Amino acid sequence: MATTQSRRNFLKVSALAGGGMLISFNLLNLPAEAHALEEILFTPNAYIKIAADGSIVLLAPNPEIGQGVKTSLPMIVAEELGVDWKKIKVELAPLDSRMGRQTAGGSGSVRGRFNELRTVGATAREMLTTAAAQSWNVPVTECTVENGEVIHKASGRKLSFAALASAAAKLEVPAKPTLKDPKEFKLIGTRVQDVDAHKIVTGQPLFGIDTRREGMLFAMVSRPPAYGKTLGEVNDAAALKVEGVKKVVKIKNAVAVLATSTWAAKKGRDALVIQWNASEKLENSAEHFATFKTMLDKPTATPHRNDGDVDAAKQGAAKNLDVTYEIPTLSHGQMEPLNFFANVKDGKVELFGPTQVPGAVRSEVSKLLGIAEEHITISSPRQGGGFGRKLMTDNGVEAALISAAAQAPVQVQWTREDDMQNDFYRPAEMWRYRAALSATDLLAWHQSGVGIGRGVRGDSYVAGAIANYRAEGQGLTSNTPTGWWRAPGANTLAFVAESFMDEVCVALKKDPVAFRLELLKKAKEQTVGKINYDPEKYKSVIDLVAKMSKWGTKKPGVFRGFSTWFSFGSYVAQVVDVQMVDGQPKISNVYCAVNCGRVINLSGAENQVQGSIVDGICHAMFPKVTFVNGAVAETNFHTYKFLRMKDVPSDIEVQFVQSDEAPTGLGEPGLPPVAPALANALFAATGKRLRKLPFAEQLA
Amino acid sequence: MPAITLNVNGKTVSVDVDPATPVLWVLRDHLHLVGTKYGCGVAQCGACTIMLDNVAMRSCMLLVSAVAKRAITTIEGLSENGDHPVQKAWLELDVAQCGYCQTGQIMTAAALLKSNPNPTDAQIEASMSGNICRCGTYLRIKEAVKTAAKQN
Repeated sequence: MATTQSRRNFLKVSALAGGGMLISFNLLNLPAEAHALEEILFTPNAYIKIAADGSIVLLAPNPEIGQGVKTSLPMIVAEELGVDWKKIKVELAPLDSRMGRQTAGGSGSVRGRFNELRTVGATAREMLTTAAAQSWNVPVTECTVENGEVIHKASGRKLSFAALASAAAKLEVPAKPTLKDPKEFKLIGTRVQDVDAHKIVTGQPLFGIDTRREGMLFAMVSRPPAYGKTLGEVNDAAALKVEGVKKVVKIKNAVAVLATSTWAAKKGRDALVIQWNASEKLENSAEHFATFKTMLDKPTATPHRNDGDVDAAKQGAAKNLDVTYEIPTLSHGQMEPLNFFANVKDGKVELFGPTQVPGAVRSEVSKLLGIAEEHITISSPRQGGGFGRKLMTDNGVEAALISAAAQAPVQVQWTREDDMQNDFYRPAEMWRYRAALSATDLLAWHQSGVGIGRGVRGDSYVAGAIANYRAEGQGLTSNTPTGWWRAPGANTLAFVAESFMDEVCVALKKDPVAFRLELLKKAKEQTVGKINYDPEKYKSVIDLVAKMSKWGTKKPGVFRGFSTWFSFGSYVAQVVDVQMVDGQPKISNVYCAVNCGRVINLSGAENQVQGSIVDGICHAMFPKVTFVNGAVAETNFHTYKFLRMKDVPSDIEVQFVQSDEAPTGLGEPGLPPVAPALANALFAATGKRLRKLPFAEQLA
Repeated sequence: MPAITLNVNGKTVSVDVDPATPVLWVLRDHLHLVGTKYGCGVAQCGACTIMLDNVAMRSCMLLVSAVAKRAITTIEGLSENGDHPVQKAWLELDVAQCGYCQTGQIMTAAALLKSNPNPTDAQIEASMSGNICRCGTYLRIKEAVKTAAKQN
């Protein structure tokens, strides 16, 4: 943890021109000369800037993709610093090696930075307090901090941070700043409006797509229309005749058209005549699933976990369950179609655009263009959704290659169709689940999965709770690309594991909540092998959601499903209520309990969890990607269907388990339990067990 | 190309564009009004919603040549300082997550309340279901529309 390191090594304080203090946080222990005063002045890489005019700027170090970290991370600094939140300004930080992990992914921003950012704020507060105490010649212990001022109560004196900044900057950085007692938190745990809210509702330029620079050209790119096809002959004569089109350049396996407007670039791109050659097999989703089935029928997979003797338990069982689940490929469908600005000029590169991994984009561009990383600047604006799509570097790297080839500053804009056909998809999977049951208990659990790409892996809380458990996974090699999609792994595993748990409960005639609590009690008291979860925290959310939903009471016409899942450090339990309206199931209510440690921004946290639930319902119900001869059949939102307001439950109640522990993940953990809770409610309502996603096409 | 005259946010402007250009791109690339967003290009997501004579319209499939002198209102022209009742309600409810779709949502909601100041839940759902929010902020959006209706 950062606080155990020498402060000298990673916290640097310096004066701003015209008076003021700037604190930068250095996790990588850069050489001391890097922190010379003048250099810091012009490097916007600090977390806190206090200027003589009284303005206080906090920098949010991680990409903002809608998960709220542009608000929640600076809240942590502000809490310790002791400033009036309404008076500070927040900026997104550019990529800077002194800021550590500047990635948006794995629900890691808040949980990874909580302690660091508290220390950053506390350090500044302590130095400002010391500066005040020295100027008044009073003991530091008599001084307190409130709303950006240091106060000496005994004498009634006050000094603003701005007035103290220059003096504070001359002080030694405290070796071990005292963190606030969390009981005194005033900002953390409250409801804070998103820092960009006003800009969002007034339509100000905030996003990558809004980038405009002097001399910039707009580009659209023709990429292979199917996986397995490569670029052949190109005839750009018609494209070059389109008014506004300036250049056509080839890069790798694609052709870019550069023009003076987006529309001209699109017209030019669409006028290209390109021969695409099939150089590899053109794959089909139907074949993927047929191959999955063959793979699951063969007992070839090596288990990644194998407790007890599953085969013996199956033989001695009163009843055996053996079912198969199917999960389709998904696209990310973030609302802002991909784009990126690049300007490669005179051995330097400027990159600006949506990415969850600015560091990886810079590193790849550096290698491909042979330009050292120190000559490449990259930062990302607020982003219109991520969901894992921008953990891939392709959009940024492509823009850099186009700018280099065209020798022009360029804004590359993707169409929705480009996004759908050129994604790194949530891979399709198939799972076979088997259970051996006695008349009253679960004797053995056997899960076997297969997915496109590297293969599937993972366990539920059942691992560790019962004596006989086997889990195995395989991968199917394919030229259709795969990537991370919100709550990777968990979003599919929770569906199959928690749907099957419900099937087990039905077969055993057990209450789904009580039976899970029974298993978790066993996991705690008679742990089999290792467990990667805390049974007590699981219980905390199951108990809370049971209370919230009045589980166990019957409401006429209401059918319920339950599910629980642990991911990214957080525990979530959900109850979904379904009612039949005109013969069709309609979700009326969702209850959700979350244990994610301490909540930073209650408004943002609640919004994330409600949004995850809507996202979960959406992808359980509607969209799927189908590969037909290497091409994606669903080219836009008319066939790749998303949930709309009319499909949203009337209410989604979210409660957080009160916790003093450090925060854990929140951008993803709300999503995995949704699909199984819904499947279990639909089974209760219709008697039909839906083992295949998405559901809507099977309900019609 | 002949210049095309438009009425945008109460001002008369002239643009030199291909008459087949969708209004969306004229606003964004030629008039620098980037609050209107591109999402799908096929009138399925509502991110590009504007008002045409006070009626919500998807600007991504609306050809600039078809607009003539009808009044275009974009998010930038909805209010002077972001204080339209719908915008205020959006702020009060802290609706946005990524924020990308919200200008389109706000324009659809503002048009709805212009024609129907006190919509029922079903009417709100019917009007707003042309707008996708991938982050899933629908419950806050619905609540914000109701809040704005009360302020009207």
